[in-house]
Amino acid sequence: MFTIFVLNICSLFMSPRPSRLRKISNPPVISGFRPYGNKNIKGKVEAVFLHFEEYEALRLCDYEMLNHHQASVLMNVSRPTLTRIYARARQKIAEALVKGSQISIEGGKIYFDSEWFLCSSCGCYFNNPEKQVEIKECPLCKSTSFSVYAENNNNEEEEEEEEEEE
Amino acid sequence: MKVAITSTGNNLESKLDLRFGRCGYFIIYDTETKGMEFIPNPNKDATEGAGPASVQLVASKGAKKVVSGEFGFKVKSIFDSLQIQLIVLKDNEKKISDIIELLNHENLN
Ligand SMILES: [Zn+2]
Repeated sequence: MFTIFVLNICSLFMSPRPSRLRKISNPPVISGFRPYGNKNIKGKVEAVFLHFEEYEALRLCDYEMLNHHQASVLMNVSRPTLTRIYARARQKIAEALVKGSQISIEGGKIYFDSEWFLCSSCGCYFNNPEKQVEIKECPLCKSTSFSVYAENNNNEEEEEEEEEEE
Repeated sequence: MKVAITSTGNNLESKLDLRFGRCGYFIIYDTETKGMEFIPNPNKDATEGAGPASVQLVASKGAKKVVSGEFGFKVKSIFDSLQIQLIVLKDNEKKISDIIELLNHENLN
């Protein structure tokens, strides 16, 4: 418990910026797993929250049997980032198995196939379901000052991680 | 073009409902005629399938854009396949009248 707490605190200090969105191809078919037969456990065990990006990393690496490089390309993240997400996924699942926790698959910084844009004028997020048509203005306030939310967000973090690896 | 907006109530002073599938009302606003329709959400208290049922409702009204606070994954993928654009506002203080005002902005180009 204590170790996990310390790790969380560390990661808070280590990535103060919002990290880049991860691409995942399909949402999981279920919302999670419930344990059964946990007779020896007293009180309520806290659920483990497996983020969608972690689910996707696990799916690509351990179900589709891709290597980390191939998976990172599909998820639109750097290889070190993919490895980190994947490690976290395995750690969470191990924790759930050991402690008898329920696993909830949710959240995380992800986007599905169509990309998101952020309007700096009215503050809305919007997507582009007709990918072949270029977006020229915010669909809500018609401002032309919007940016791609998924791409421009954080290249610095990626670079930092590449350095960490060396 | 018709735009669907999720609303907590049935008038222009109502605030944006941040939930899509279980919002109080759907407002269908026509940007050309400026006409609008308030539809009580029949899926408000559904325990299952509120999202997809609400997508069907909005699509059957001919909306090409939907304004709400969040969209679930199932909902997002159905809207994608219907080529309906999603607009997310994380502001539960926004009134329906504010949103309609934004939609009526003149093109700034
Ligand atoms: Zn805007």
